Amino acid sequence: MSWFEAKKEKPAIPPAKALWAVCPKCKSHMPKEEWKANNAICPRCNYHGRLSARERIAQVADEGSFEELFRAVSYSDHLEFHDASGDYKSKVEATIAKTKETESIVMGRATIGGHPVMLGVMDFAFMGGSLGTGTGERIARACETAMAEKRALVIFSASGGARMHEGILSLMQMAKTSAAIGKLKESGLPYISVLTDPTTGGVSASYAMLGDINITEPKALIGFAGRRVIENTIHQKLPDDFQSAEYLEKHGFIDKIVERKDLKAFIAKMLNYWGC
Amino acid sequence: MASKKTVAKTAKTPKTPKAKAPTAWDRVQLARDAKRPHLADFLREMASDFEELHGDRLVNDDRALIGGFATIGGEKVLVLGHHKGATVEENMEANFGMVNPDGYRKAMRLGRLAEKFHLPIVTFVDTPGAYPGDTAEARGQAEAIAKSLEVFAGLKTPIVVVVTGEGGSGGALAIAVGDRILMLENAVYSVISPEGCAGILWRDGKAAPLAAEALKITAADLARLGVIDEIVPEPRGGAQTDHQAAAAYVKAAVLKALKELKKRSLDELMAARYEKLMKMGRFN
Repeated sequence: MSWFEAKKEKPAIPPAKALWAVCPKCKSHMPKEEWKANNAICPRCNYHGRLSARERIAQVADEGSFEELFRAVSYSDHLEFHDASGDYKSKVEATIAKTKETESIVMGRATIGGHPVMLGVMDFAFMGGSLGTGTGERIARACETAMAEKRALVIFSASGGARMHEGILSLMQMAKTSAAIGKLKESGLPYISVLTDPTTGGVSASYAMLGDINITEPKALIGFAGRRVIENTIHQKLPDDFQSAEYLEKHGFIDKIVERKDLKAFIAKMLNYWGC
Repeated sequence: MASKKTVAKTAKTPKTPKAKAPTAWDRVQLARDAKRPHLADFLREMASDFEELHGDRLVNDDRALIGGFATIGGEKVLVLGHHKGATVEENMEANFGMVNPDGYRKAMRLGRLAEKFHLPIVTFVDTPGAYPGDTAEARGQAEAIAKSLEVFAGLKTPIVVVVTGEGGSGGALAIAVGDRILMLENAVYSVISPEGCAGILWRDGKAAPLAAEALKITAADLARLGVIDEIVPEPRGGAQTDHQAAAAYVKAAVLKALKELKKRSLDELMAARYEKLMKMGRFN
């Protein structure tokens, strides 16, 4: 009796994932504590890892200045979408419970170095930072409010692209956000786009690439199509630095690669140049 | 004679089960049918003249996106459209209708030219998607599409969009922002190809028919969702059976839309286009 019961009680070994962080770029291992203490930046290769929207806001907005808006604008399951692994509604509700966010972008008024801004920060943990109807609506409203209050617009993107669970209307958010941002820029207000790791697909192909200036962090992945799709199309292996922040800067689509610790000061400096 | 007729009839029956509406997947096949009318066919049937203009003034003349001035039913317009080609040689030349950044930059250049002379723009949308290639990325595919969306949303001239075949995601949308969005009965328009969606969410490309259904990509679906304004009928069996008839329907719908849009002042037109976009997916 006892010999097989004893087998069941294995000593609990914490899984490696709970203790070690692995840099997705250079694959170096380090204790998770070290990764966190270094602000999700790899001490070996300087890859700037992902932050949650709240972590980012805390680092960029002046202390206590962030005032969240449009939290009630959330996802819509107008297609009653379901796939092999279940329905969209349950998935997104689980994401809301886990992240405590109600959409893939957190939006609100803030000041950066004293400059009044409308600040939007995407959270990759919310459905891969995908662009849904709620995301697009928040950005459109942010543009309207920014124009009414004469605020600069600053958006930190982190996204895999459009949210296919919301079908064609998620695609339409690319046009909607681009039109709203076009109007804001036309009105004389500045838009600073910060493309963080990763910014791809329908988000890079709409508001993320439309900044008066586009900036990014070291080693961020930025592109339109996925690496594997491209490799399958051209039947060639792509170089390691393909679609990196450095590649984008070299090809002229990024104004500057800014280290995380310098981002806030850089944005404030630009707004100061422009007298905003 | 009589017996021949009967044979022909019975042979036909299993092919077309009576009055059964085509599924979304059926329509995907129709939209991709090589015999379906493409840009060149529509131009031949609809325009009394067409003068193509080339190049983006930067690096290239993308053959997957064609532009030029045309006269349609007496109306002088700028035509922009995806070019897929009908033969293998044409397919290769047109990159199967998959546009590079250069194509979108050409479209913006010509769009601004039309605006300068107050000429309406008619676009024909039929692409599997923007070209996913390394050179396309190097030249800024994302930026080119983004900029097109911003530019076409702001061009101060009427824009009529006709989705004629495959409306493939961002590559289609880049020339599909306008004041009137028309869509052929058997055309499809989607955020991602059914195969791509099936690969990601079903982990099985063979689930594409299921994905096609779930994504709601048909003209009727898009009309219900408020994404398109009008469904353009096709001849019985589909546009591939009769190019002339298909083009006649499109021509009538385009001319009707242009007539309505011309009645608006520029301010009204721009305000309505902006509001049209802002309404998309505004649920709360």
